[in-house]
Amino acid sequence: MNSILYYPGCGVADQARSMETAARGALGALGWEMEEMERWNCCGTVYSLATDDLMRHVGPARILARVQDAGHEHLLTLCSMCYSTLKRSERFLTEERDRLDRVNAFLDDEPDYTGGVRVVHLLELVRDEIGYEAVEEAVQRPLSGLKVSPYYGCTLTRPRAVGVDDPERPRVLEDLLLALGAEPVSSPQGVECCGAYLTASAPEVARRRAGAIARAAARGGADLMVTSCPLCQYNLDTRQGEAPGASAHAVPSLYFTQLLALALGADPAVDEQVIDPRPVLAARGLAVEVKA
Amino acid sequence: MAEQLRLAKAVLSVQFARRVEELSGQSPYRCYQCGKCGAGCPFADSMDLLPNQVLRLVQLGDEKVLEAGAPWSCASCLACEVRCPRGVDIAKVMEAVRLLALRKGRSPVALGKVPGERLPQIAVVGISRKMTP
Amino acid sequence: MSAEQDMIRIYIMGKAYEVPGGLTIMKAMEYAGYRLVRGVGCRGGFCGACATVFRRAGDYKLYADLACQATAEDEMYIAQIPSVPAERASWVLTELAPEDNPILALYPEVARCVACNTCTRACPQELEVMDYIQAALRGDIPQVAELSFDCVQCGLCAMRCPAEIVHYHVGQLARRIYGAYRAPEAGHLAARVQETARGDFDQELDKLEQMSKDELVELYRKRDVES
Repeated sequence: MNSILYYPGCGVADQARSMETAARGALGALGWEMEEMERWNCCGTVYSLATDDLMRHVGPARILARVQDAGHEHLLTLCSMCYSTLKRSERFLTEERDRLDRVNAFLDDEPDYTGGVRVVHLLELVRDEIGYEAVEEAVQRPLSGLKVSPYYGCTLTRPRAVGVDDPERPRVLEDLLLALGAEPVSSPQGVECCGAYLTASAPEVARRRAGAIARAAARGGADLMVTSCPLCQYNLDTRQGEAPGASAHAVPSLYFTQLLALALGADPAVDEQVIDPRPVLAARGLAVEVKA
Repeated sequence: MAEQLRLAKAVLSVQFARRVEELSGQSPYRCYQCGKCGAGCPFADSMDLLPNQVLRLVQLGDEKVLEAGAPWSCASCLACEVRCPRGVDIAKVMEAVRLLALRKGRSPVALGKVPGERLPQIAVVGISRKMTP
Repeated sequence: MSAEQDMIRIYIMGKAYEVPGGLTIMKAMEYAGYRLVRGVGCRGGFCGACATVFRRAGDYKLYADLACQATAEDEMYIAQIPSVPAERASWVLTELAPEDNPILALYPEVARCVACNTCTRACPQELEVMDYIQAALRGDIPQVAELSFDCVQCGLCAMRCPAEIVHYHVGQLARRIYGAYRAPEAGHLAARVQETARGDFDQELDKLEQMSKDELVELYRKRDVES
């Protein structure tokens, strides 16, 4: 069994538990184990884009220092926001010595972070370490005939230097879906933002975005959409139905970990959702149960 | 929208443009106003100024940009960043404008008024960080 | 050792005083002539009323403690916090839905935590304050309740927080929710409530009500004290 240190993040540790349950089961089927960090704090979710805002890097630096202190080189995330914030912070802090020194001086209750921790998204681990061939071999319940629209959102692929794939023409989700036997339906809205945290300050914006993303997926004939971020999932699932006149074409969405688990014969941990994904799964011969 | 873009010398503040440049690490003068950022922006329809117009005001050193709504409609999705032919990270300019407003105590949201529904942590932390001083 | 050598110099609200070494900050202030009517309570480290902040000579750090617990040291710069202004959210325990993380709805500023840990360093009870705020953010109410259990509500965490969080109120809310919804039912408590309702103690209480003040004082003095 291979093992990798894992950072859940607040969303996954709370509302998006299903993302983690499914990932654990799927990785187990692939011979990998996620070892959760002992103590962790919020990464800050939105990376600070300012040059002088060092305080916003304290959270990520604290996490990275603890990873390093525990003797680990890699840190796995499932959530794209955590992935991006941690990875960008790691780069920001280590590309200029002065920034790292100042943050370390402030963090006098942690061992110094010296750089070098590699933040890894689960999609990277599957693609680069495990490999799609191994995934294909492990498939027990091929997702044959299931048409899935990959929804990348923003932080998984942007900015280019940090993203797991090309920001304009990513294919990591398509490739994974192919390995699982599903039929990827790429969408022109697949890399366009869901409204992100504006869902809190301007929910109508998130409604419009979720509606546009779902309509594009439906036009491509998708049964469902697949996401890699609890916030995308929330907006697509909750805000989509709130958009005026959207309910007739509601397209459900699942985390990529849930489809992975489903195909590998592990628990896909399908929770109660606003837009129930079970009917479309059942229609493709992939009935799943919702746990009470 | 357009009447806000006055080219009067009286409003020019090179100092303001430099401050935005310092905070964002982006030279606003690289922008040649092609408009590609706004064309692909998923939030352009809810902005009072297009992203290139925000950049124009910054180029002109017009501090009125601090009162614009556009930076608060930007979700830092970076669609503009990957598409800008001049390599301007426009999201960073938006962040700098937001921060300059926030640091003067101007905030577009009151945290207490977040709707009572159960929002994901990412959303609440996101607006806390992007929109509260 | 002469009496003079036992004296130390402290600065209270910016003014120098000579006080005997070894006193608590509270006693040192009283020795210096302050009469404390606010910011003082049990004098035993339990009530949390006497929040104090101080610096030590040659040290840039701002320390926080309870005046009745911390010992005054030579060249200490002291300011007493008479009260901590903080807004306590209003809630009705029976109307909260614990599974919806009401903490985040009632105290959304929790989301402003930058993980600087200043709260933890300010806590005179040596609680892992930041860890419980982080747990609150992710809706882990049992963890918040456990980590904040020994909080004395002095408010020093809130005074020091750059994100303007009111940690101690967050902890209190979590403990109340935990107690009402999550903590396992205490069998002995339920039994005692039943006994009380049945009137098992009525006779004893009636007896107390008939006693004179002197008899009550005597009874109180002779009571069993748990050590």
